[in-house]
Amino acid sequence: MPFAIRVEGLSLKKGYKLLISELNFEVGPGECVALTGANGVGKTTLLRALAGFAPPHSGSIRIGDDNSDDSIVASNSHYLGHAESLSPSRRVDQELSFQCAYLGGTAQTLAEAVGKLRLNGLLDLETRMLSAGQKRRLSLARLLMVRRPVWLLDEPMSPLDAEHRASLAGMMQTHLSEGGLIVCAVHDPLPFETRELRLVRAEIGEAVYG
Amino acid sequence: MIPAALALLKRDLSLAFARGGGPVLAAGFYITLMAMVPLSLGPDAQTLSRIAPGLTWLCLALASLLSLERLFERDYEDGVFDLLRTGPLALEAVALLKCLAQWLGTGLILSLMTPVVMIILGAPADAAGLSLIAALIGSLSFSLIGGVGASLTLGSRKGGVLIALLVLPFYVPPVIFGAGLMDAYVTGAPIAQALGLLGAYGLFALALSPIAMGAALRSALN
Repeated sequence: MPFAIRVEGLSLKKGYKLLISELNFEVGPGECVALTGANGVGKTTLLRALAGFAPPHSGSIRIGDDNSDDSIVASNSHYLGHAESLSPSRRVDQELSFQCAYLGGTAQTLAEAVGKLRLNGLLDLETRMLSAGQKRRLSLARLLMVRRPVWLLDEPMSPLDAEHRASLAGMMQTHLSEGGLIVCAVHDPLPFETRELRLVRAEIGEAVYG
Repeated sequence: MIPAALALLKRDLSLAFARGGGPVLAAGFYITLMAMVPLSLGPDAQTLSRIAPGLTWLCLALASLLSLERLFERDYEDGVFDLLRTGPLALEAVALLKCLAQWLGTGLILSLMTPVVMIILGAPADAAGLSLIAALIGSLSFSLIGGVGASLTLGSRKGGVLIALLVLPFYVPPVIFGAGLMDAYVTGAPIAQALGLLGAYGLFALALSPIAMGAALRSALN
């Protein structure tokens, strides 16, 4: 299934401030786009718009195969943001099995993800006991538990150690080789071939009302 | 879709019970409040039995308010909604399931206590069944309407007091119908009208609150 993201004339606002104006780009199967740009330029806002969390101010986002009319279907994408989407009082295994059941994975994919991300030793801990890197690994598990063509990642590498950065890079390359798409906000270049989409400030301080 | 809904319901219920917070707290509050009634009004059995239904419903409404603040707030702060929104359920369904879990954890227990409390205060024992049914419908309406308040105040500080201010006016109809129903039963008047109105209000809340919660959550989460 030839899956693609098509963004045309996209403008995004955060509050009353115009962050992204008239953006056009396309991501095809097997392609990884690295979103770069200064802090506050709108990388997270763009990723959230791609995930369908915020409607565009103008323009269109289409994610799907060639025949799809739907602009955004939530179940096509995984979104991993800064917040890890974990409840502090729940145990790792509870969170994993909830995410797996909620997003539509199976017991087998859950076990595979636990193995690949080496979460075995953490399963009986409450998530508030985890370090930032461990939390991120727990979040990454859902990429493997439930296969979805589009991965929207917001600085996925930042809390990880060198070893797990390498293994995440491996995961991303496998996903790409299977025809998946990745849009990934980064500050450091990724250790494999990506296409860079550099966001620049639309116009500093410009306010758009209405 | 159904496995996802069940998973969410299970998660929210286990969160509600895990901390012992919601259900135990609400039940304790309810009992304490009712125990204070004879202390403040005096032990005159005739007075107490006359006002028992009205007071019980008032306390039920107040106890239902307690856990509303945390209904969406916790998941909002932990970023869990980002995960929930990439699932198969619409935000309206997510909100409805969360209210349902809140009701199962709090409202259901309060409803089960209602006939007991009412009888202790002097209502006739044969009204127990009817008062349980009425309390079940009433507390479900409280949870759903409360969910609208909780979603509207999401992200604002001092959410708790604001929720109470927002939703208490909408708690008035079930309180009137519920207490009126018991009064009608005690005086031998027909009960169908009050029960019908209470049920209608419950259905009204069930039909409209998901739409309102969905819209409010969407705007808070942008």
